[in-house]
Amino acid sequence: MGLELYLDLLSQPCRAVYIFAKKNRIPFELRPVNLLKGQHLSDAFAQVNPLKKVPALKDGDFTLAESVAILLYLTRKYKVPDHWYPQDVQACARVDEYLAWQHTTLRRSCLRALWHKVMFPVFLGEPVSPEILAATLAELDVTVQLLEDNFLQNKAFLTGPHISLADLVAITELMHPVGAGCQVFEGRPKLAAWHQRVEAAVGEDLFREAHEVILKAKDSPPADPTVKQKLMPLVLAMIQ
Amino acid sequence: MGLELYLDMLSQPCRAVSIFAKKNGIPFKLCTTEVFKGQHPSKEFFQINSLRRVPTLKDGDFILTESSAILIYLSSKYQTADHWYPSDLRARARVHEYLGWHADCIRGTFGVPLWTQVMAPLIGVHVPEEKVQRNKTFMDLALQQLEEKFLGDRAFVAGQQVSLADLMALEELLQPVAVGCDLFEGRPRLAAWRERVEAFLGSDLLQETRGPILNILEQAVNKKVPTPPPEVHPCMLLRISRIP
Repeated sequence: MGLELYLDLLSQPCRAVYIFAKKNRIPFELRPVNLLKGQHLSDAFAQVNPLKKVPALKDGDFTLAESVAILLYLTRKYKVPDHWYPQDVQACARVDEYLAWQHTTLRRSCLRALWHKVMFPVFLGEPVSPEILAATLAELDVTVQLLEDNFLQNKAFLTGPHISLADLVAITELMHPVGAGCQVFEGRPKLAAWHQRVEAAVGEDLFREAHEVILKAKDSPPADPTVKQKLMPLVLAMIQ
Repeated sequence: MGLELYLDMLSQPCRAVSIFAKKNGIPFKLCTTEVFKGQHPSKEFFQINSLRRVPTLKDGDFILTESSAILIYLSSKYQTADHWYPSDLRARARVHEYLGWHADCIRGTFGVPLWTQVMAPLIGVHVPEEKVQRNKTFMDLALQQLEEKFLGDRAFVAGQQVSLADLMALEELLQPVAVGCDLFEGRPRLAAWRERVEAFLGSDLLQETRGPILNILEQAVNKKVPTPPPEVHPCMLLRISRIP
């Protein structure tokens, strides 16, 4: 059995892994894990990732969790073009810096925006107070501005003149609030131009394919009550 | 101008960077930056929430933030022993796997007790007991996952030798310990891991690095911790508001 990638394209980090693998023509078996049906909580999946999260990788007898770890593993094993994760120590550090920063900032803001704006009311049937939603969207606004001011600045891509893992991780994150109906690129011409460049570099068809699911998040059918019961505590912990 | 490290020893990631540099004999100028006194690396450095401006590395014109990025940079540039950041594909993946989980489940969680017991009271804020309890639950869950998934029956968190992952983990776990939460009580596997890592690093180095954090509770009790200046309050309040 070759490389297997356990993914749900509803998840931001899964989209980054998916796009990266496809763009670099890395051969893999896609193992879909439906988060909204609670499939990540199954005993079978726990064999692949005891942390019960996606994305997860299985390469022969080797299993690996955490999207950044997976992206870097694929980068090194399949010897992808240098620009994704440069050999140059300082250029590489810039990518590491972004990948570290985004965990507790953009990732968190984008996740909360999707859940507070769409998934809680539509999927879980739980209303979210206007105050909480406003605070979440305000936080998202601040974080997106930080992305533009501290990372993108006047460069073509986040860490330099070429697309890297940083851009892929960032763009897939930003598509979360976009899927929720937030206009993150409005009034931000620099960021909007960067978005176009990233999409062009990845390939529009691949980009569209990877984002089909998130762009339909608003149309999620309501959760089955048993599934909702299982998911609620985990969702609440996830968006802290 | 050589390597400069802007560090606040009250900060877990700063201690990890300091310990790593000293253990590996990496020459650097320590630019002590006491965040709660309103100090920050430099007005020219970019404007992130000032509480997260440390650690910062400055190597000539090259400025770098984020402790894991700094640790990886130092290990590459100074060609430190392989076990810190293994060149083997799978071994290195394990370090990154730990660091990813650490960012979600350890970072932000293990720093809370210092905030609730020392920093928030300094600016007159009381963190509700409900949040203190919730934090304890999150810490318990994280420690369980640390022990079962990452340590397992291995000597260290990402393999059979000490790596960057152990440094990052240990200094985070030390934070609540410093304010009296004995996380290692009733967790013999974790306690044994801690002993192994500390034996490897050496007690002199650790004592030197941990002086400020280990004294903070006593200082707070004796009202010897300086009150943070007003300009730091907004960032502190924001951080406190983020406690789930």
